[in-house]
Amino acid sequence: MTPFTYLEPASLEEALALLAQHGDEAKLIAGGTGLVNMMKQRLVRPEFVIGLRALKPLADIAEHDGLRIGALATLRSLESSAAVRRAAPLLAEACHHVATVRVRSMATLGGAMAHADPNLDTPPALIALDGQIVARSRRGERKIEADRFFTGYFETVLEPDEIVTEILIPAQPAGSGTAFLKFLPATHDDYATVSVAARVALRADGSIAEARVALGASATVPVRATAVEAALAGKTSDETSFHDAAALVLRSIDPIADFRGSADYKRKMAVVHVRRALTEAAARARGPADNR
Amino acid sequence: MRSLKLTVNGTPVVREVADNRLLVDFLREDLKLTGTKESCGVGVCGACTVLLNGNPISACLALAVHADGGQVTTIEGVAEGDRLHPLQEAFLAHGGFQCGICTPGQILAAKALLEANPHPTRAEIQHWMMGNLCRCTGYYKIIESIAAAAGATGT
Repeated sequence: MTPFTYLEPASLEEALALLAQHGDEAKLIAGGTGLVNMMKQRLVRPEFVIGLRALKPLADIAEHDGLRIGALATLRSLESSAAVRRAAPLLAEACHHVATVRVRSMATLGGAMAHADPNLDTPPALIALDGQIVARSRRGERKIEADRFFTGYFETVLEPDEIVTEILIPAQPAGSGTAFLKFLPATHDDYATVSVAARVALRADGSIAEARVALGASATVPVRATAVEAALAGKTSDETSFHDAAALVLRSIDPIADFRGSADYKRKMAVVHVRRALTEAAARARGPADNR
Repeated sequence: MRSLKLTVNGTPVVREVADNRLLVDFLREDLKLTGTKESCGVGVCGACTVLLNGNPISACLALAVHADGGQVTTIEGVAEGDRLHPLQEAFLAHGGFQCGICTPGQILAAKALLEANPHPTRAEIQHWMMGNLCRCTGYYKIIESIAAAAGATGT
């Protein structure tokens, strides 16, 4: 790693002031699993690294009418949290699938959002849950819908003086079920060949009130499969509906070929895993009898 | 440079380190605790697993400054004097290592597991230990050793 000056603000206000001062020459560090690897490869060479670990309240997880998750909450604390498992089991499930327990002990949810690696598991989960990212700067605070947060490969809407402080997840719709599927043909700790997060809300008559579907490792950003969602609204919750809608995921994704599979293979696997995730989410929405 | 104050294997340590010093280099080169191994250097293989405040982490991805004020446990701090930790005894009794280079990381990861979950099932052991690679592929004996140390039975 190239040399840098490490700064450790004691408060959020101090952190915002440092970031306002150093802006583009600075990088924020939380768990470090993303940034340290990028610095080792000299993909980023910040002059200042601003450590956030002293901002302890930013690691809190609170449940009221949904979830408020401090940006510094580790993925391990999220997968183990009773509140997260109750209010947003999809997020706990996605966190449980991330890499290894070591990485999950270090990596934070806010860090995952800001890092914006399109292969990560938590961004599609937040998009499917209709989550928001709260960003603060000295200029103020704004909330950004998760599906509008990612703009490109490792790029977000964040300005150089902004810090992700919280992630908000609304109370989930009545009659909804969720599922996270991570297709891992090689090893369990790998990035996904394709990952799918799905939420299906059913009406009392069993028809689909609303479906939300998002994918990781399928484009330069985590993507929301809006064509799949639109095709399902009002439809019967059955295999045929899910089969037909899943094929429409191809309108939303543009995977690249790498050692996790060719682009064509990833497209085919995306269709299969969207269908499976929708089927599983609907089964869970129907209730404990179907809860696997 | 920054002055670090931390506890390593129960002993207070005060040292000057460069801001960009990695924890693995601080432990191995500054403190001469060479039991912690660096292998992949990207947080994947688990050879550099140490405990920071009880949590298993990759020392190759951690800044040394992030251990400031904390408690670090390395393989050198697992035994109590001449008395080996039950995990170390189990690895010896069950042949839980071959060449040995992954062993410090395996023991620390397993120690964190048993502290979080004293009676894990085989499946829980396998899931937790999945990120600690053994290129001799001695996985069965490693799982057996941990299960034995945990007093686990059955599957």
